[in-house]
Formats: sequence, C-alpha cells, structure tokens
Amino acid sequence: MRRFLRPGHDPVRERLKRDLFQFNKTVEHGFPHQPSALGYSPFLHLMAIGTRSGAIKLYGAPGVEFMGLHEENNTVMQIHFIPDQCQLVTLLDDNSLHLWSLKQHSGASELREEHRFTLKGPPGSPPSATQITAVLPHSSREVLYLGTESGNIFVVELPSFRVLEDRTITSEAVLQRVPEKYCNRRSCELVEALREHPKNPDQILIGYSRGLIVLWDLQNNKATHHFLGSQQLENLYWQRDGSKFISCHYDGSYTQWPVSSDNRQPEPLENLVPYGPFPCKAISKIYWQTTKNGLPYIIFQGGMPRASYGDRHSISVVHGSQQTAFDFTSRVIDFFIIFGSEPTAEFDDPSAMVVLAEEELVVIDLKTAGWPAVHPPYLASLHCSAITCSHHVSNIPLKLWERIISAGSKQNIHYSNMPWPIDGGTNIAPDPPQRDLLLTGHEDGTVRFWDASGVCLRLLYKLSTVRVFLTDADPNENMNTLGEDEWPPLRKVGTFDPYSDDPRLGIQKIYLCKYSGYLTVAGTAGQVLVMELNDEDAEHVVDHAEADLLQDQEGYRWKGHEKLKTRDGPVRFEAGFQPFVLVQCQPPAVVTSLALHSEWKLVAFGTSHGFGLFDYQQKRQVFVKCTLHPSDQLALEGPLSRVKSLKKSLRQSFRRIRRSRVSSRKRRGGSGNASEVQEANAKFDQEALQEMELAPVQRKIEARSAEDSFTGFVRTLYFADTFLRDSSRHCPSLWAGTNGGTVYAFSLRVPPAERRMDEPVKAEQAKEIQLMHRAPVVGILVLDGRGTPLPEPLEVAHDLSKSPDMQGSHQLLVVSEEQLKVFTLPKVSSKLKLKLTALEGCRVRKVMVANFGSCKTDDYSENDLAVLTNLGDIQIISLPSLKLQIRYPCIRKEDVSGIASCVFTKYGQGFYLISPSEFERFSLSTKWLVEPRCVVDTPEVTSNNHVHNKSGMENAARKS
Amino acid sequence: EFRRFSLERSKPGKFEEFYGLLQHVHKIPNVDVLVGYTDIHGDLLPINNDDNYHKAVSTANPLLRIFIQRKEDADYSAFGTDTMTRKKNVLSNVLRPDNHKKKPHIVISMPQDFRPVSSIIDVDILPETHRRVRLYKYGTDKPLGFYIRDGSSVRVTPHGLEKVPGIFISRLVPGGLAQSTGLLAVNDEVLEVNGIEVSGKSLDQVTDMMIANSRNLIITVRPANQRNNVVRNSRTSGSSGQSTESSLPSSTPNILANFLQGEEESDEEDIIIEDSGEPQQIPKAAPTSESLESLTQIELLHESTQNGFLPSSEVNLNHSAGSISMEYEAQDSDHKSLEEDGTIITL
Repeated sequence: MRRFLRPGHDPVRERLKRDLFQFNKTVEHGFPHQPSALGYSPFLHLMAIGTRSGAIKLYGAPGVEFMGLHEENNTVMQIHFIPDQCQLVTLLDDNSLHLWSLKQHSGASELREEHRFTLKGPPGSPPSATQITAVLPHSSREVLYLGTESGNIFVVELPSFRVLEDRTITSEAVLQRVPEKYCNRRSCELVEALREHPKNPDQILIGYSRGLIVLWDLQNNKATHHFLGSQQLENLYWQRDGSKFISCHYDGSYTQWPVSSDNRQPEPLENLVPYGPFPCKAISKIYWQTTKNGLPYIIFQGGMPRASYGDRHSISVVHGSQQTAFDFTSRVIDFFIIFGSEPTAEFDDPSAMVVLAEEELVVIDLKTAGWPAVHPPYLASLHCSAITCSHHVSNIPLKLWERIISAGSKQNIHYSNMPWPIDGGTNIAPDPPQRDLLLTGHEDGTVRFWDASGVCLRLLYKLSTVRVFLTDADPNENMNTLGEDEWPPLRKVGTFDPYSDDPRLGIQKIYLCKYSGYLTVAGTAGQVLVMELNDEDAEHVVDHAEADLLQDQEGYRWKGHEKLKTRDGPVRFEAGFQPFVLVQCQPPAVVTSLALHSEWKLVAFGTSHGFGLFDYQQKRQVFVKCTLHPSDQLALEGPLSRVKSLKKSLRQSFRRIRRSRVSSRKRRGGSGNASEVQEANAKFDQEALQEMELAPVQRKIEARSAEDSFTGFVRTLYFADTFLRDSSRHCPSLWAGTNGGTVYAFSLRVPPAERRMDEPVKAEQAKEIQLMHRAPVVGILVLDGRGTPLPEPLEVAHDLSKSPDMQGSHQLLVVSEEQLKVFTLPKVSSKLKLKLTALEGCRVRKVMVANFGSCKTDDYSENDLAVLTNLGDIQIISLPSLKLQIRYPCIRKEDVSGIASCVFTKYGQGFYLISPSEFERFSLSTKWLVEPRCVVDTPEVTSNNHVHNKSGMENAARKS
Repeated sequence: EFRRFSLERSKPGKFEEFYGLLQHVHKIPNVDVLVGYTDIHGDLLPINNDDNYHKAVSTANPLLRIFIQRKEDADYSAFGTDTMTRKKNVLSNVLRPDNHKKKPHIVISMPQDFRPVSSIIDVDILPETHRRVRLYKYGTDKPLGFYIRDGSSVRVTPHGLEKVPGIFISRLVPGGLAQSTGLLAVNDEVLEVNGIEVSGKSLDQVTDMMIANSRNLIITVRPANQRNNVVRNSRTSGSSGQSTESSLPSSTPNILANFLQGEEESDEEDIIIEDSGEPQQIPKAAPTSESLESLTQIELLHESTQNGFLPSSEVNLNHSAGSISMEYEAQDSDHKSLEEDGTIITL
C-alpha cells in the first residue's frame, strides 16, 4: 500500500527539508517610511529614528542596527536616550511613554520594551493637563521631567514610571514671583522646552510657549531667575559653560540671555532675526556651539522669509562670516549636532550635523571647509527616484566588483572623507558569504548598484541612461548654485528628487552578466540599451537600431507616448557602464521582458506587441516576431492612452507647479510644497478606495480566449542550448512566453567565434506551444539530463558550474500563472504538471530557481523553484519532480506593490519593498542568512559626579 | 409498412451506410427520418450514430426490430432509456419545467446535437440541499456567462446560528452556458469548485479557481431556491443513504465521484505547432510511477469504492451484456450521460 501514501510524507525527506528550508525576515534596508522623530545618544553614539507607524530603529556603526515596534502603531513623537545608559524613552502621539533598553542575550544585544506609562491627572481634569509636550531625562538617570500643555511639570521615577507628586512644578508656583504686569498677560502656557543646566544638575531651564523662561532650582523648589521673553518661544539651548543660553522664537528670531547670580531678571544680550527684515517663519530649534578659535557655530532650523522662501525646508549654519542655509527637498523632521562630548573638554567643537528629513538622512561635515555632505553607509534613500524594477546578481566576481566600486568612487568625489560619525556598537555578524549586487531601476532613467552582501545596503555606483537621449529636462541644473551676493545663501543638499521629468526614461528591465560585465537595461518607451563596463571616461557614438515589432500589421495606430529622441553624434560617458547599442522598439511600448546571452552576444527583448532578437556583436537585428492578436485594439493603441490614471495627471500638475515655482524663485506666496502634494495624493488614494468599496464587488467568470486583450504581451524570454529539433544535436535557442499562454521556440545558428563577425546569426521558428488554459507564461526553463537547470551563459566557461548533461534527455519547464508543466524535448510531450490555481486559488507572480544548501552537511545542495503567489505566499517546489515542499506566508496579499517588487536571489534569499523607500530582506534558506548581529557595550562611566555630557541630550523640540 | 432484410452481423458498417440502405429499401431517398430500435429490455432507443447502430446490431437477438419515423412528425418522447436514466431525468425535468415544454421541438438527431452542456453529478452522495453542477465549456462557443460576489450565509454551528462569509452567484449572462442550463441561479451559494471548498477563500481566489477550471468546471452550490428538494427527497430514498447528512462530505479533493481524472486530462491537452506545421495535441509522456496524478487517480477509485457507492460508469458496467468489450463500454457510458440531458421523458 506504499503507493497510496500521499507524496511528501517520507520521513527522510521531511528531515532533509528541515535542514534546507527556513523562513526569516532578516533586515530592512533603506530609509524608514514616514519618519517622525529623531534621537541621539552621544554616550552610546547611537541614533534612533521613530516612525509614524510606531517603529523605532537604532543605528550605530555600519551593521549595528536594532528595530522595535510599539504595539500601539502610533506615531512616535519624541525619542530621548537616558544619559549614560543603554536605555531610551519614547513618547507616542497617544501621550504614552515607553522605556526601551538594549540588553545582551547570547552574545548579541537586543532592543526590548521594558515599561510603558501614561500620565494621569486628577479625576475630572482636562486631557490637556497631562498632555506631554516636553521630556527631560535628568542626568541623575533617576527621574524624567515631563512638561505638559497645562504648564505643570511632572516628575516620574525611572524605570518604574512612578509619579513623584511632591516634586511637581506647577505653573502657579512658577508664576508666583513673576511681575504682575507680565503675569497678567500670560497665564496657562504649555511647556515648550526643558533644559538641564550643563554644570549644575540641580537647575533646569523651563521655557513656556508664550515666551516666559525660568531657571528653576530643584533643591529649593523655586525659581531663581526669570527671563521675560516677548515672543512666542520655540526652543532653548544652553551654552556649554552655563553662563548664557539662547532661545528661538516663532517670529524667526533668536535671543541670547545671560545667567548670572547678580541679576535675577536679566534683559536679553542680543536679539536677532537672521533672515529679516521681512516677516520670517519660526526658528524651531537652535544650537550654539563653542569652538577653540572663539567663533561659535550657530545652527538653526527654519527662520526663512515667510513670503519668498516660506516653503523651504532649511537648516542654517552660521560660523563667523560663513553662512549656509542647507535646503532640503523634503520636510526636516529633526536634526542633531555631533560634538566633543568629553565633559572635561572646554569647547563643543562640533564635527557633524545629522539631519533627518522626511525622505532621507543628510549628514554634513562641519570640520571640512565648504561643509561637504558625508556619504551615509546605510539609510539610503532607495526612492530618491521611484523604483520601477530590481534585479539581483549573486556572487559577483571580485574583478567586476572592484571595477564597479572604482567607477562609483569617481562619482562620489564631492562627498566628505570624514569617517562615519555615528559609530556606536560593534558589528559581530560574520562577514557576508559572498558579494551580491542589487540593481534598482528608477523612474528617472537611472540604475543604482547596491552592495547587498550584508546588513547595510550601500550605494556603489549610479548609472544614468539619460545622456543617450534628448530630453527637455536638462538645462537648469545650476539653478541652485548661487552667486556670492545671493541671500539667503541656500544650498541644495540630499539626493531625494522624486520628480521625473520624462516618464519614458523609466527603467523597466535589467540584466547584468557578471562574468562579462555586459549590462542591458530596457525602459518605458521601448528602449533597449546594451552597455559595457569601461574604467575610463569615453566619448563615442551609440549604435542605434529600430525594431518594428508589428511587422506587417495593417491599420494600426499607436496612441501611446512617442519614442525617445536620440542624441546625434558622439556622447561623453563617465567611467562605468557605457552604452554602445540602442534598440528602440516600434511601437515604443514598455519593454516587458529582456534577456541577454553574453556568450552568443545576443539580446532579446519583448513588449506587448512582440519580441525581437538583436546581435550586439554585429549590431544587426536577427529577427522580430509579432505576437499581437490582430483584433487586440487595446494593445495596439497602447495602454497608457486609455487608462491614464487621474492620480498620475494630478501628480504631474503638481510637478508642473513645483517646477514653475523653482524657476521663479522670487515669486511671492504660493502653495503646494512636497508635503502638500503627498497629502493630496493620500487624499486621492483614499477617495479612490472609497469609490471602489461603493461599487458592488462582482467578478466575472469566463474562460480565457485567444481574443482577450494583451494575449500577445511577452512575459518572459529565455536562452537555452538544448535539443530543440532532434535528440542528437543540440543548438542555441530562444524561448518566449506570452500573456496568452503561448510559448515560442526559435532555433538559432550562432557562427563560431572565429567567424562571428563574418556570418550572420540565423533564427528559425521551431516550435509553438499553446497552453490550453491560456494563463500568462511567467517562466521558462530547460532542465538538463540530470534534471538540473541549465547554467547561465559563461558560467561553465568560468569554471563556476558543472557543464550541463547533454547526454540525457532535456526537459522544458513552463511556469504559467496557474500551473507548472514539464514537457519532454525535443519531441514535446507533457510529462508532469502541478496545478496551483485550480487547487488553491493562488496565481504565480514571481518564480526563480534557487539553490538550497543543507545547514547540516556542506556537501548537499539542491535546486528548487521559489515561487511567490498573488496571495503573498512563498512556495518552494522541487525540481524536476514539481512537488510542493513548503509554503510560507510572506507578504500581505493586499500589498500589491510589495508583491510586484519581490526579487529572489540564486541562493534562496529575497527582497521586496515594504514602502517606497524600504526593502525587506528575507531568507528561505537555513544556510544563507544575512541579519544584523551586534553588541552595544556600556562604556565605562568614568566620573561618578553628575557632570555628564550635558547638552548632548536631544531634548524636546516640539514639532510644529 | 414493413420491410425485412438481412445484415452481416460481424460487419455492420457505418451508420451512414445503414441510413442510406434504409432509405433505399423504403424508397424514400430524400426524406429525413428518425431511426429507432427496440433493445433487449423492450425500450425504444434511437439509432443515429455509429456507436448506437453497432450496439443495436450486436444486441440483435437474432432479429433487430427497427422503427423509422418521418422527422417532421416524429414523436421524440417515444424513445426511452433504461431505468437508471429515467430517474435522473425526473430530476432534470422537475428542475427545468420551462425546458420541458420547449425541448420537444428541438431536433435531436446527429451527435453534435448531443453535446453535453451541463450535468448534475454526485446526486447520491450530496445532501439534498446541495447541487453539484458540471459545466462543459469545451466544444461550445458559449461563454460560461456568470458572475460571483461576496456575501454572507447563515450556518448552523454548535454555538447556534452563525453568520459566515460566503460566495454567491450574482448574475447570469443571458445566453450564457450557466443560464442556458437552468441549473444555476442568482443568489445560489457556491460551496465548492472542482471539489475544493471555497470557505475561507477570497472572492478573487475563487474567481481564479473557477477560471483555472473553466474548461471543466464543477461547482457545488446551495441553491437559493430550495423548494425543488422535496421532489428529490422522495426520489433518492433508494440511494446510498448519504444524502441525509446535513453537511458536505469531508472535502478531500478526490471525493467527486464522476470527476474522473482521465476525462479531465483529455480536455486539457495543450497544442504544439512544430516547424510551422499543423497544430497537434501534445501527447502525454509515458507516466512514471512517481507521477502525482497517477497517484491521485488510484486513490480516487480506491476511496470511492470504500465509500460504498459505485461511480455511475461502473453501474453501467453491470447492466451491459458481458460480450461487449471494455472500450465499447466506456463510450457507451459516455453516451448515457449525453442522453440524460438530451432526451426528455414525460411522466
């Protein structure tokens, strides 16, 4: 009765499966979506970022990363590290406080939430009485001071969060000694800022929003000094020696105040509106940093003239006669200054400024002349232009790796050489097993090369395809390079620029041959570029060809976008990948599939109309094949023309507004900055969603037919050296799969190397298979006589793979969205199949062969298929027997863009976008795991007096 | 008017030739006629293709009595089939009272008219509140022609009545296969698709499953109109006795008795064009013992006999004369199912 056993119940196999497969989400790469708070510990040299979804992420030295998630999923408003501790406190927008700590477990540190607490007032008091606006972790590490909307300051004990009621500083007590006249004008103010005296831990500075500032003596529980500000207060900052402090205000001014024992109610030393005299926006945060040479650094956020520059997100740095207003492309969330934190040091001597903007992290080197930016090793803005596709290449040969890095380093000369200043913790993860590249294609026509070997996703090199084409976009690059007399002295920083000037430039498909260094990329307007790696700058002409994929189709009119115009004559390319062949598909529909064979020097490309093969050695088209059904009008006209989304046009109109604003900088007024665009987009999304919900949800049940639209859409292309016509002779072949379930196979004749330039490459159609279920073909693969997938081109030549078994019979695996089928070759007969949709209702979205090694023995590994379905599940299916091995839920099925963005690696890992700016990395393998593993040691606290690194603490800057 | 003539029993020839012979013998070369014969049970059965002609000849004992009627005044209802079929037709008559009135005017003669469009299957293993409908998409140009939607239904659970989400038929396209069968109606709840329970699956998943199975779609529904069940109740009293269960039989995917793997495979065959030649069906490679399908097929037969009922084809086996070859029988059973839906019996 053994034969009646269900497959997959073999205990030996079950054990082996446990040694091979394991699902883990290991690390998030990129920039957190919707950051909302920033904190820094000068003691641990760790930075913390909180998000609107309640996540907190800690970053130190490259590779040192921690992540935590608040259960509430509420916005993180403030983050404060406890001085000299591995602890931090977060304040959420539901007014709850959370204490997190870094603790060591089995050799590595982990971030854990320890306590939570919500401040409660006496019964019947309004919620504003306990609404926390400012948090001060006292240097004694024992208490937190909590400023509230009511003006009262509560004291809670750490780590228990017990309220010490007798130590509450009420606004009544504070106002007692304030002059009558001043007091009458302002009652009931919220606490805007709390700052501990840098030298005397018994004194704290309290700033109220209406302008009153008091110095409070904690020992005697009374105010010692009153500073009667007349402007609405935004923030406070102590000078290092405690003899002065500085306040910044809503009207764009800042004020210096002296603190001395002889004057209990001093007048301001200096009051300045840096970007006056016209009305200015608020300065929301300010730093005053002393230096050895006597000239302080004054660094403040905002304060721009309201009318002309009110929409700028700026931080100004003033040092003597030097002044720069760093201009960010997205809203500034918060920033901090890294400076000498030795308590004994006499001066601050700031070294770097770290700015968290809504869409990127920017670090400015303050020590080097010109204040250049520092290239961050992590938190890369993946979405500086929207990601349109990605491609992963495993195990890059060292030579290619070094050449890419060298090309990239030439692009990064404007960055500072400063070592990364946030260097807390120690990375104890083993070195990555191999060099992996992740290539992302972007909407603006660039391809970015990321080092995806380890925990830190680092930008190695950026390739732009724009130079090949003539676009109306270029000329105003120097818009922001200003003359000497420009005021304010704005300087654009950061890389985030989501505005693509020509959507046709968007990259849709990428293929890199790691052995030969040939790269092909294809884009939205049917452009296919073949590139070669060159270590030097070069100027050359790009060979240009057109591929008419419609051939003889009559009566057709393309209503989509036009093809891109090419530049005539030689074009100068910087070192790196330089295009030498451009093929433009006609009609210029988006390229939907792409394949390159570096050994045969052929590139194949497909669109919704057909596919073509191009010989990039002889620079000659080999053939084109139209796959279009003659009645498919929709595909003929181009999908964009009909289903142009309202959202897109909305975005474009905003883009236009923005562009015109940029060009006429002096124009007054105006609305619609980036955040407004986002708001509008969000609002539109919501409305669209509501509309969808109102419509009756109904699904049509109909069999697919040959007349359906977009059946000719080419989904996959594949090169294989296999037995296409008879079992005695194998030959090069090209396979194509369409949306309508058709598979075409062409036999190719590639001349031998010595006559490669003399004889043409020939192609002949050998087979056409129509799957009766007509589901889109998403993958084609040939298995050799041993059932192993054929190696990549040049893999065998580089001794990196066994040569395929050409003796046994080959098999063809066709993966459609609905089922997987194995056919014999060369005579096509069906051998095996696995139905997914009919049995489970899921459809294949992505499929890739992955090699899984056993974690127990080094000598066992096998190839399986990794399949991602439309439900977000990942299934591992054995080869060649097509048996389901295991299934893991991975992505929410509603997360369509996450599913669409998923890429698998050759060794059972994968990436998908969890937001426009973040890749989640996952692993299906027990053997290949890339995850952070790091230790944060508590540095010795040398002095036991309470004089600590004072103002380094990032105190409450309430965001407007 | 009677004629008597002889035929070579071992070489009956083709139906076309026989038809020509009849017309010749009766001297009515240009008159369309309907041919019938009486079988061993005394039922009047039609002869209109090679298969039933061969069967008629082979069962002649020794005389084959043939009835010839002019097509225009033919009485279709005169044809009768065996008892098994009669039962089922009672059901389809009751369920389709409208069709019953219209059907006699349809000329049923050549095999193409016998193309099945739908059938009710597994009547004997399903509770009477459920109906399992098979839609034959292949060979017709008709669209399946129905829509499904989300909804909720009330179930009896140990905790009392509970509202659970379900999938319902929301619309039938006029002229579509679903509507023309009369076996599916708006607001019928879909319980299974080709033997797979849909509970817990989203509308999109069920849609994808139905489309993936569209060439041979078997839907189990709980009809919105349950009034017809009374009739069926009285009729099924003699069946295997499982019909009184109030819930679906445990939903292993293989429980569909009539869902023979072989049949399912035959209409799934992909097409290959070699070197721009003629399209051909892709044959199956010799199955290996580790093939998943062969396993399930074995399992299927295994389980169904254990369950204490016989698939209908086997029922027919018992009925047929022992002299008939298996191959012949398989085709015969096929015809049986055709007749079930094609012929209408008046009570």
